[in-house]
Amino acid sequence: MGNLLKEFSKGIIKENPTFILALGLCPTLAVSTSLINGVGMGVAATFVLIGSNVIIALIKGIIPERIRIPCYIVVIATFVTITELLMKAYSPALNRALGIYVPLIVVNCIVLGRAEAYASKENVIRSLFDALGMGAGFTLALLLISGIREFLGSGTLFGHSLGFTFDPASVFSMPSGALLVIGLLLGFFNYLKQRKA
Amino acid sequence: MNIGQFLTILISSLFIYNVILSRFLGLCSFVAISKETKPALAMSMAVLFVITMSSAITWGIYRFLLIPLGLEYLRTISFILVIASFVQLVEMVIRKISPSLYRVFGIYLPLITVNCAVLGVAVLNVDMFFVNGKPLAGSFIYSVFQGICVGLGYTLAMLLMSGIRERLDFCNVPKPLKDFPLAFIIAAIMSLSFMGFNGFFR
Repeated sequence: MGNLLKEFSKGIIKENPTFILALGLCPTLAVSTSLINGVGMGVAATFVLIGSNVIIALIKGIIPERIRIPCYIVVIATFVTITELLMKAYSPALNRALGIYVPLIVVNCIVLGRAEAYASKENVIRSLFDALGMGAGFTLALLLISGIREFLGSGTLFGHSLGFTFDPASVFSMPSGALLVIGLLLGFFNYLKQRKA
Repeated sequence: MNIGQFLTILISSLFIYNVILSRFLGLCSFVAISKETKPALAMSMAVLFVITMSSAITWGIYRFLLIPLGLEYLRTISFILVIASFVQLVEMVIRKISPSLYRVFGIYLPLITVNCAVLGVAVLNVDMFFVNGKPLAGSFIYSVFQGICVGLGYTLAMLLMSGIRERLDFCNVPKPLKDFPLAFIIAAIMSLSFMGFNGFFR
């Protein structure tokens, strides 16, 4: 059990997909304009990660070595399509806000990266926990970035005002604000890492 | 079909909605391969070619296969498969007919399969030029032209970035910011200046 817990927790801090591995940055930057969008993207990507990791761990024995990448992509794309259809049906507003970044979860390097680096070698239960941890790490990173951007860019959190007012710097809601926030955060985490070493 | 429409596509995909600086597609390759101008240019040319061709191919798949069969919801899965096999094919052809060209951008081709810019443009074309499952007049030409323009926008951002980073090598920057973080901060400043093109079209 403790072992499984370690599989779960490594995705959150030690191997955080966004800040340490620097994977899957495109959707992170594009949808992190508000906390709601960030959470939506995080949950959608986690769902795809869990589905693809479990299925790939189950069928890894019957996939021929040479065509494994296309096979993984088909599995991942299936789960992305499921996510897309579910989101369209139950949360059309979120689907509109995330736009083309929902189908683009297919090419999110975190998902394919975990399939290749982890699920293709480990058993189902461990792959499941790995997916949960990576998904949680990705979602937390999105929460952090979109929280910073929503607070500085529009002065709200989850769409609620905070009781005090200030002039929001709307540049943080724009693309350049996203690049600036992620650049400084990556630098900050590098700083922590180098100080520890 | 008119000249104005083409001009709108050109300006908006080069400057206003630049794939990298505003749509955030293809960021991984942008940050990873923009350290020097030469490989950056080779990568850009490979991306330009693949985006253009895949825009044409995915248009055909959507128009003649998915719409008649009522399978529009399969677009993600079919597009990514078509792109992946097309890239594989291009790689084999180039290796066979021109080993020297293969050495220049062969190694970047497999990377393009998972470059979100390619799939992004394919999905964007379908979103923009098909209304309720019906292609707009001239949608094929527009799709291919948009593919070319997005590829050019990628090239523009790549060249600007690699030019800056080449000089940055000689500068003394804070250690935690070296490489990736600084690349993002530079991109932020570039994106800020590209915001000046906003409102070009109303």
